[in-house]
Amino acid sequence: MTTAVSAGNGAGSGDLAEATSSEASLRRFLHGLPGVDQVGAEARAAMLGTRSIKTTAKELAIDLAIRMVDLTTLEGQDTPGKVRALSSKAMRPDPADPSCPQVAAVCVYPDMVPFARETLGDSGVHVASVATAFPSGRASMAVRLADTRDAVEAGADEVDMVIDRGAFLSGRYQQVFDEIVAVREACARPDGTAAHLKVIFETGELATYDNVRRASWLAMMAGADFIKTSTGKVSPAATLPVTLVMLEAVRDFREATGQMVGVKPAGGIRTSKDAIKYLVMVNEVAGPDWLDPVWFRFGASSLLNDLLMQRTKMKTGRYSGPDYFTLD
Amino acid sequence: MAENKVSTGSTGESGSTGESGSTGESGTTGESGTHALDARTAFEYAPAPESRAVVDLRSSYGLFIDGEFTAPGAGSSFKTVSPATEEVLAEVTEASAEDVDAAVKAARRAYDKVWSRMPGRERAKYLYRIARIVQERSRELAVLESLDNGKPIRESRDVDVPLVASWFFYYAGWADKLEYAGLRSTQPLGVAAQVIPWNFPLMMLAWKIAPALAAGNTVVLKPAETTPLTALLFAEICQQADLPPGVVNIVTGAGETGKALVAHPGVDKVAFTGSTEVGRAIAKAVAGTEKRVTLELGGKAANIVFDDAPVDQAVEGIVNGIFFNQGHVCCAGSRLLVQESVAEEVLHSLKRRMATLRVGDPLDKNTDIGAINSRDQLEKIHELSDTGDAEGAERWAPQCELPSTGFWFPPTIFTGVTQAHRIAREEIFGPVLSVLTFRTPAEAVEKANNTPFGLSAGVWSDKGSRILWMADQLRAGVVWANTFNRFDPASPFGGYKESGYGREGGRHGLEAYVR
Repeated sequence: MTTAVSAGNGAGSGDLAEATSSEASLRRFLHGLPGVDQVGAEARAAMLGTRSIKTTAKELAIDLAIRMVDLTTLEGQDTPGKVRALSSKAMRPDPADPSCPQVAAVCVYPDMVPFARETLGDSGVHVASVATAFPSGRASMAVRLADTRDAVEAGADEVDMVIDRGAFLSGRYQQVFDEIVAVREACARPDGTAAHLKVIFETGELATYDNVRRASWLAMMAGADFIKTSTGKVSPAATLPVTLVMLEAVRDFREATGQMVGVKPAGGIRTSKDAIKYLVMVNEVAGPDWLDPVWFRFGASSLLNDLLMQRTKMKTGRYSGPDYFTLD
Repeated sequence: MAENKVSTGSTGESGSTGESGSTGESGTTGESGTHALDARTAFEYAPAPESRAVVDLRSSYGLFIDGEFTAPGAGSSFKTVSPATEEVLAEVTEASAEDVDAAVKAARRAYDKVWSRMPGRERAKYLYRIARIVQERSRELAVLESLDNGKPIRESRDVDVPLVASWFFYYAGWADKLEYAGLRSTQPLGVAAQVIPWNFPLMMLAWKIAPALAAGNTVVLKPAETTPLTALLFAEICQQADLPPGVVNIVTGAGETGKALVAHPGVDKVAFTGSTEVGRAIAKAVAGTEKRVTLELGGKAANIVFDDAPVDQAVEGIVNGIFFNQGHVCCAGSRLLVQESVAEEVLHSLKRRMATLRVGDPLDKNTDIGAINSRDQLEKIHELSDTGDAEGAERWAPQCELPSTGFWFPPTIFTGVTQAHRIAREEIFGPVLSVLTFRTPAEAVEKANNTPFGLSAGVWSDKGSRILWMADQLRAGVVWANTFNRFDPASPFGGYKESGYGREGGRHGLEAYVR
């Protein structure tokens, strides 16, 4: 069905297979995507940011945002103790309120996966692991694949890989494509299942919205389950306009192929107000189908406590101090 | 797999994208069985009304003449209603010919004795002061504008009122620099009679008053009969700014008041924004007198989308072009000219986007489209759009529930429209878009220019050279490139042909107020 597809110049799924058949056709396809007007995209994101989400809508949004958090610690100073503490928090974000939902996942480095796995058990909170020589990705493919297998073997449910931005920026799209495919294969488990693959673009390094749109289509065609803005190690990290462009891409990809791909902005989202702006954008750009932790996540660490504070305020009518919420 | 396409139907968008048929094949990524994350709920935005408490509405208003309000109730009066609820907001005095005479005389006195003699830098101080008070009282002005006009608070708050302040700031800057503006002269004209429409009551007031005062003229302004309240609040701001009495006079009323004002022999200059029909009558009325005239009239702008346009932003621009302010915009992009090769794709995206537009209470901060300004206007929109059906165009509007009281019209597009349709030629002045197609740039220019109007146009393309070529060919006062309905006080605005003459805004806007 190739009618009325709003992106990819009328590409249906058959055309997509054709697009990835060679370096030249891949380039032609990506450069044939409609451009993004920077001023217009930023104005649209700013307009959506003026939506006023109050009372019942705010309660719903805060709980949804909590359920979408990938609670993250990616520091050189991480220890098993820190990861266990974070995992406990992921399962019971607000010990004082059992009605508070748990977060979607805990996101750690590969060597910390066993400790997260052990604590989280079958709680339903996923273990996500960055891999592929995160955050720069500057290692040989063999090392990056080994890194991925290591994380999956240690029990990661989800793998957050980085693309080779150097290759992307120098136009070696086929290489980036092949590497995503290879990492996806490395996510397979012996029992036939596979860890979910999130592909990080590091949009702060891709610099233009046109590049973000191209990277989105490239990753989706290579089989990404999620497309993710940033590592959190480069500024700017996630922004509303970048996420807007990615949400348009997953929306158009579904219209072209019938397949849904998730979106994860990560880095720099610290307040409930910010998180709600993202949810409004998901709702109005990609559509309400994406308003689910299966299809949208926040990569964040300090966001959770602000959500909890706002949640308590909504329930009790009072603000509590930060000491009433746990640190990790 | 059904779980991938659960429709929550929050704003009635279900079905709007149904024509793609592709969602029905979804399902390959639905293996979410391992996720213990439960069912989704509709994300309905709770009502978020801006408080009316900030506005201090009086039950009746007099006229603002010579720095004072006249006693309300003297002579005849009329009611102004909220178009969203039909609630009566206030009684407003209908200025008689004698009232108009008093206002013009007060303006003449102020001109002779105070304002024309005052150095530009002193006039600037008053204009700066007005600009700052507008900013300070912006919330009050925005709420009152939305109440009386029906436009969404998001627009009055984020567009109208900030532009009002910026217009006064901008022209305040010119007041002491007129001799460097490259004008014919720096001598003011005298008393300006200004008649403004109901679509941007406060913004049109600012466009008229700020340059007139900066150049040293005094004014008598008549706001539209359906939207007089923010002009009367502006009169209070003039008092608060200690503006010398008579420099600004506000007379409320309908057509008769306007006629009396325009025809008054004591007036040196007539400035009008509104319909082409009334503009013609004004031009006739002042013909053969020494009065100078500027007219900003109707439009039927072409918004031209090429096949290399940034589609998502073009769709935003189409929506902003025709649905901004319920389409009550003289420069609205009411004719969409889309290149045939991308017409289907653009229309699909446009319909999907229109399904997310939120129509309703103008004071709700999440409203995108508010109420039609009056019953008369609503009837006019109905009448013209019905000719679209009758002449064989295909009407489409997203499902949206309209409030039961007040005046409402859903955002609507007509496809299959040709140059021969009335809806492609006449100004509808409502949220109704006529969609036409073209094949080549030359055909786009020909169709865009084939109209008695020529106020504005939009071009959407990623190719800079084509945009420049188009701008050169289009017979329109404003050509927007990859944007629409953008205004800035430094940028002149005005029309070709039946869209009027004279320019407002920028250095050019001063020309209309000097000898």
